Amino acid sequence: MSEYAIEMRHITLSFARKIANDDVTLQLRKGEVHALLGENGAGKSTLMNVLFGLYKADSGEIYVNGKKEVIDNAVTANKLGIGMVHQHFKLVHNFSILENIVLGVEETKFGILKLSDARKRVQELCDKYQFNLDLDAKIEDVTVGMQQRTEILKMLYRNNDIMIFDEPTAVLTPQEIQEFMTIVKNLKAEGKSILFISHKLDEIKEVADRCSILRKGKLIKTVDVASVSKEEMSEMMVGRKVNLKVDKAPAKIGEKVLEVRHMTIAGEKGHKDKVSNVSFTVRAGEIVCIAGIDGNGQSELIKGITGIKKIKSGTIVIDGKDYTNKSIRFKNTHGISHIPEDRHRDGLILDYDMQKNMVLQEYFEDKFSKNGFLNEKNINEYTTKLIDEYDIRSLSGPYSKVRDMSGGNQQKIIIAREMTKEHKLMIAVQPTRGLDVGAIEYIHKNIVKLRDKGIGVLLVSFELEEVMNLADRILVMFEGEIVGEFVDIKNLDLNELGLYMAGGKRMTEEEMIKMYQEVA
Amino acid sequence: MNKKKDLTPFISSIAAILCGLVFGFIILCISNPSEAIAGFGTILTGSITHGMKGIGEVLYYATPLILCGLSVGFAFKTGLFNIGGSGQFLMGAFGGVLIGLTCKQLGPVQWIVGLLFATLLGALWGAIPGILKAYFNVNEVISCIMLNYISLFFVNMTIKGNKLLFNNLRNESADIPKSATIPKLGLDKIFADISIKGGKEVISSSSVNSGIVIAIIVAILLYIILEKTTFGYELKACGLNKVASRYAGINENRSIVLSMVIAGAIAGLAGGIMLLSGTGRHIEIKDVIPAEGFNGISVALLGVSNPIGIIFSGLFIAYLYAGGFYLQLFHFSKEIIDIIIAIIIYFSAFALIIKMLLSKFSKKPPERELIEVQKALHDAEVRDKNNKEEGA
Repeated sequence: MSEYAIEMRHITLSFARKIANDDVTLQLRKGEVHALLGENGAGKSTLMNVLFGLYKADSGEIYVNGKKEVIDNAVTANKLGIGMVHQHFKLVHNFSILENIVLGVEETKFGILKLSDARKRVQELCDKYQFNLDLDAKIEDVTVGMQQRTEILKMLYRNNDIMIFDEPTAVLTPQEIQEFMTIVKNLKAEGKSILFISHKLDEIKEVADRCSILRKGKLIKTVDVASVSKEEMSEMMVGRKVNLKVDKAPAKIGEKVLEVRHMTIAGEKGHKDKVSNVSFTVRAGEIVCIAGIDGNGQSELIKGITGIKKIKSGTIVIDGKDYTNKSIRFKNTHGISHIPEDRHRDGLILDYDMQKNMVLQEYFEDKFSKNGFLNEKNINEYTTKLIDEYDIRSLSGPYSKVRDMSGGNQQKIIIAREMTKEHKLMIAVQPTRGLDVGAIEYIHKNIVKLRDKGIGVLLVSFELEEVMNLADRILVMFEGEIVGEFVDIKNLDLNELGLYMAGGKRMTEEEMIKMYQEVA
Repeated sequence: MNKKKDLTPFISSIAAILCGLVFGFIILCISNPSEAIAGFGTILTGSITHGMKGIGEVLYYATPLILCGLSVGFAFKTGLFNIGGSGQFLMGAFGGVLIGLTCKQLGPVQWIVGLLFATLLGALWGAIPGILKAYFNVNEVISCIMLNYISLFFVNMTIKGNKLLFNNLRNESADIPKSATIPKLGLDKIFADISIKGGKEVISSSSVNSGIVIAIIVAILLYIILEKTTFGYELKACGLNKVASRYAGINENRSIVLSMVIAGAIAGLAGGIMLLSGTGRHIEIKDVIPAEGFNGISVALLGVSNPIGIIFSGLFIAYLYAGGFYLQLFHFSKEIIDIIIAIIIYFSAFALIIKMLLSKFSKKPPERELIEVQKALHDAEVRDKNNKEEGA
C-alpha cells in the first residue's frame, strides 16, 4: 500500500492561455493534516476542483491510495472516500440536521423514508466526536458552527476517509474556531487524512503537520509546519516580505467626531435588549476598536448608529450635531462612511456593474446626475479614477458585473467608495473578512492612512490579531453592554482581554464614569 | 474595456421560441397528419399572407399584450410579481367606459380624459397591493389575486346597476359613441385590404389604431426610466438587493409603492385603449377575469422583462394569435395556438437551464477564475520588477 492517501502528480490546467495550475504535485499522507496555503487566486480552489472532478486537468495524474484513478465528477470522488466541506455550506435550509446528513444516501423501506437506523448511527457519531447537536433542529435555526459540524457528519456518515476543508474558519467565531481545531485533531486521531485550505497562518501552525504553498498556480514548496516560522510561510505565499504588524505613528487625537449616549436597542419580542445603555466616543485621528465575541450586540450597535435599526432610546452626536433622528441617507451624505459587515448582503448590488455600485450612495448628487437622469460620463470617469487608485481588477473595467468579480476586488469597490466619499467618521465592520494576507495588509494600511488624515475610525472585528494591530483604544462588548476599555494596547494582557470578552470580568460603575469623563 | 452586451437572454428566448414551434408542429401532426404541414405554414405566415389587413390585426392584438407585458415586466425588474394586471386592466376598461359614455360635453378631448381616467384607476388598483406590501408585509401575489376578483365584481355590479352604462339586451356595457373613440391616425387605412368590386374601390380596414403608437411610446419611456434615470436606478436597486438599497439610503417602501403604481397604471391604460378603440369591444357581464393581465406575464417572460424586448415579444405572440385564426381553415381548432404559446413560455422559463447548457458545452471557465489568474500573473510581473529593482 502507498503511504499517500492522495497523490496529485504534475497537474497542469490552463484556461485560455492563462495557467491556473502549473505542474503541481501534491501528496497527502495517510493520517496527516495537510494545509494548502496560498493567496486568493493562487490556484488552490482550482486544484481542489480538479481533485473533485469539476475541472479536467490538461495533464497530470491522480492516485488515490496508491491506485491511479480518473475522477470526472463528485460522485466518483465520493465513492473513493473523498469528502469536501465547501466554504459556503451545501445544506438544505429547511431540512433538519438529520435529513441533511442522509440526503442522497437515504434508506427507504417500501419506498418510504426510514430514518431510524440513520438516526442511531448519526447519534453514535455525535457521541464519539462530542458534537452537541439537536438532530431535529432545522439548519436555518442553528449557528454557523453547527452547520459546519453537520457537513462534517455528512462526510463521516458516508465513511469518507479523506476530508477536504475549504477555508473552514472564515465564517466562524473565535470560540467556534477553537472547537473546530479540536474536531480536526480528533479526526486525525481517528486516522482520517485531512486537506485544509486556509490563508490563516496561526491555524496552520496549530493544527497542520505539513503545508504546501501555492503561488501563481505553482507549487512553491511543501514544508513541515513545525520547522518553519509564520513569517517564512507568508513570504513563500506572497513572494515578498509581508508586514504582519502594521506600522503606525502615535495617534494625533483631535475633536470628538462621534458621541453615543445611553443608546438602547430593543431585541426581538420577548428577548432582552440587544444593546443596553451604551455610551462612548470616537475622536478624530484615532481608531477605536470594538472587540467581543460575535453576537454580543456589535452588529446592532453599528446598525443603530447608521440608522438601519431603530433605537429605543439614546442620542447620537456626530461632529457636534445631533444625528439621532436623521435618515440613513442624511447620515450617509453628511459625515458617515460605512464598510458593512457582509459585502454581498449590505454593501453591493451584485447584479449592477461596478460603476453603478461605485455611486450607490451618491448617484443622486449633482456630480452624478442632472434633472433626474444619471450622468453616465461622470460616473464612468469617477469609477475609472478609483479603479486606478485602488487597483481594482476585473475583466471589463467599470462595466464588469460585480457578481463576477473576486471577493477581494468586491471589497475594494466598497473600500474605494467609502474612503473617497467625504466623511468625518469611518465605521468598518470586519473589513477584511475572508480576504488573503496581501489584501488584509492593503486594507489595514488604508485604515491607518485615514486615521492619520484626522478621521475617526470605529472598527468592529472578531479577529484579535486585527484588533491588536489597528486599535488605539479597545472597547469590549459583552451581552449588549460595554464592559471594558483598554487604552495601553502595547502592554495589553491578552488573557485579561479574553476574560472581559467572555464576561468573566467587567468594569465597575466608577471606572465606567471615569472612562467616559476622560474621553469627554 | 468596452461595454459588453450580454446576448444570453436573447439567445435563450429564441431557443424557447424554436422549441415551442417544434412542439406545436408535433401536436399538429398528431391531431391531423394530412394537413399538418399546411397548417404549420399558416401559423408562421398566416398573418402576412392575408395582406396589409392581416398586419393591422397583428398590431391591434399586440397593443394590450405589449402594455400588459410592460406592466408585469416593469414590476419584475423592481422585484415584484404583478399578477394583478387583469384587475388593473379591467378597472382601466371601466374607467374608459365611464368617461366614454357619460362625458359627451368634453368633445374632442373626451378620449384623452378617458385614457387618463383609465390610467388613474389602474394606478389605484396597483397602489393597494404596493402599500400592503411595503407597510404591512402582505405578499403582493395574494393581494393582487384578491383585487382581481374585487375589480371583476365591482365592475359587473356598477355597470349592471347603471342604465347609462348597461346594454340590457346583450348583457354587456353599452356601445361607446364614435366621438369618444381614440383616433386611428389613418393607420386603419394603411393596414387595409383594397379590392375592386363593380368598378368601385372597396376598403376593408383593420382594427389597428393609435393605441399601438401609445404602447410603443410607453415602452420607450419605461426603458429610459429604468436605464437612464436616478428613479429607475433606485427601483432596480431595490428589486435586486433590498438590504443594500436600505444601507445606501434608498427608501425601499416608497420604491415598492411607486413601482406598483406605475405597473397598475400601464395595465389600466391598456384597458382604456381596448374599450375606447371603437372596435366593438365591450365589458361583458360574466364571472371571468379578463385574460390580458395573465397574457402579460407570458409576454414579459419571453421579453425577459426588457421594455424593448417586450415590444417584440408582444408583436410575436400577437402574430401567432392572428395566424392561429386562419388555422381553422385547415380543420384545426385555434386553441392549438394557445398550446404553442404556452410551450414557448414554458421554455423561456427554462432560460437558465439553456444558459447552463450553453456554458457547459463551451467549457468556458467562469469569468471569476480568469480574473484571479490574471491578477496572480499581474502580481508576479510587478513583484519580479520590484525584485529586480531592489537587486540593482
